[in-house]
Amino acid sequence: MRGRNDPRVDNLMVIAVASGKGGTGKTTVAVSLAIAAAEDSSEAPLLLDCDVEEPNCGLFLDIDFTSGRDTGVLVPEVDLDKCTYCGKCSEVCVWNSIAVAGETVLVFRDLCHGCGSCSLVCPVNAIEEITHVTGRIEGGSNGTIRFARGILNVGQAMPVPVIKALLDEYLPAAGNSTVIIDSSPGTSCPVVESVSRSDYVILVTEPTPFGLHDLKAAVDVVVNQMKLPAGVIINRDGIGDSAVEEYCTDVNLPVLARIPMDRKIAEILSEGIPLLSGLPEYLDVFRDILMAVRKEVDH
Amino acid sequence: MTQIVVLSGKGGTGKTSLTAALAHVASVDHRLVLADADVDAANLEILLRPKPLEEHAFTGGLKATIEYEKCTACGRCHEVCRFGAVLPPDPADSRYRIDRLSCEGCDSCFHQCPENAISTERVTAGAWFISESDYGTLYHAEMKAGEENSGKLVTTVKNAAVREADSIRDAILLVDGPPGIGCPVIAACAGADLAIISTEPGVSAIHDLSRILGTVRHFGIAPAVCINRSDINAEKSREIEEFCREDGIPLLGRIPFDPAVTHSMSMGLPVNAFDSFSPASTAIEAIWDKTYSLIRKK
Repeated sequence: MRGRNDPRVDNLMVIAVASGKGGTGKTTVAVSLAIAAAEDSSEAPLLLDCDVEEPNCGLFLDIDFTSGRDTGVLVPEVDLDKCTYCGKCSEVCVWNSIAVAGETVLVFRDLCHGCGSCSLVCPVNAIEEITHVTGRIEGGSNGTIRFARGILNVGQAMPVPVIKALLDEYLPAAGNSTVIIDSSPGTSCPVVESVSRSDYVILVTEPTPFGLHDLKAAVDVVVNQMKLPAGVIINRDGIGDSAVEEYCTDVNLPVLARIPMDRKIAEILSEGIPLLSGLPEYLDVFRDILMAVRKEVDH
Repeated sequence: MTQIVVLSGKGGTGKTSLTAALAHVASVDHRLVLADADVDAANLEILLRPKPLEEHAFTGGLKATIEYEKCTACGRCHEVCRFGAVLPPDPADSRYRIDRLSCEGCDSCFHQCPENAISTERVTAGAWFISESDYGTLYHAEMKAGEENSGKLVTTVKNAAVREADSIRDAILLVDGPPGIGCPVIAACAGADLAIISTEPGVSAIHDLSRILGTVRHFGIAPAVCINRSDINAEKSREIEEFCREDGIPLLGRIPFDPAVTHSMSMGLPVNAFDSFSPASTAIEAIWDKTYSLIRKK
């Protein structure tokens, strides 16, 4: 697998876009970075939409999808001809997703995390593992940007297996290009999975008390725990106060860019038009961000 | 007790600002209990400025530890771990290591280790709080960054809030939900009588609206929709209204873009407490009236 901790391919650079708070502009930033990267590199950049609960990057790019498959969690299927109803599988399952009652075995697929422990402990090899479909991964291109996304099926609880499948399938094909990863909001397991293979994390926030509170949580996971290099983009600059700016100075986080509060931006995005198509004057802002990140990564 | 959960699918569509403002308006005539079920980004506290009453540790899932006195570095744990949490041996000391952020707590390595060299224990994954706000008790939590089980923490917070709401005659439990459609959302909407979906007139929010509607219906919860920042794109707002009408989803109202919402946030106040005559405040007051008429019918 390429990315962090792996032998470097010359120009491969994986940038993840994350945020504690939702709706701060992750998707806008990710799509803009991909468009800016496409302008300046010979090899098409790869944009991976890891926000599998709400995958929205595709709404802004006219993608022709050429590959795709269902994905999910490996869940147990019990061969009742072999099963002796000893109950070992249910004893070891910490998710309570398999239960033996008399001469029946109940499998609760939606609770299963796919750890495989039940099949390993079964003394008579009565458990086979089959894929319980919880989502889909698909990829394609719009001519200048290569794109892939994961989609969690409605009603399913666990985004992580879909994110993992997406990264496993499409990241190794990145070649020498720039890879942009759009993560889900928050700070829990899906975010950790989405950013874990990146070289650099861009945290998008807004200059409000909510933005600051959630930026701090994101910095805690990405910088303090995962030890990833990170920088901040302040979006809707001007709507709130200067506390985010002060915090970044205090903890030595570079502010990569400030995107002003502009009703025109909101109107353009509401139509599904990428920021850089509607307001091309922002192209240089994202070029500069890519250059600044490249410098940090190669450093 | 009646339980209302505020959801959105897409993040940043104003769930928390709406919840706090509804709390302000609804508390005039009703006994409220409040819960912040967005444990990744628990912001309701910023607007309600509650007085802390109690703090409880939250124990999450299991985490594995290798006891090196017993470990023979056979690699079985690395082989069976499906989550990449057993890191390959470090050339310096040829030891396998557990990456605690990746450890799912499945116990598989514990059961498979031939030397019984792996132990697992439950770890503190966050804390949950009971606080007193001007509008009723607030149940909230903080997830330790990077932890799993946020759904379980949401359930812990909600169960405590439900217990109090059940003990009060005709109480209304108002829950501020997380974005997305996954496990914390499912935990946040469990048992709700009504899901208020806050959306925006834009392609992203509309796309996510259909997914969150699918989710709440999957769990048998009645949805109602309000359109935030409705004047950013009047045509898309009409599209949402049309869609709601066709689908039989009650439309609670439209909230115009209003700088008072951000100003009130900087002051640490619900928008209606900051300026009850601002355009957003007036709209939210009407939204509460409509919401109440919906839950009264049930």
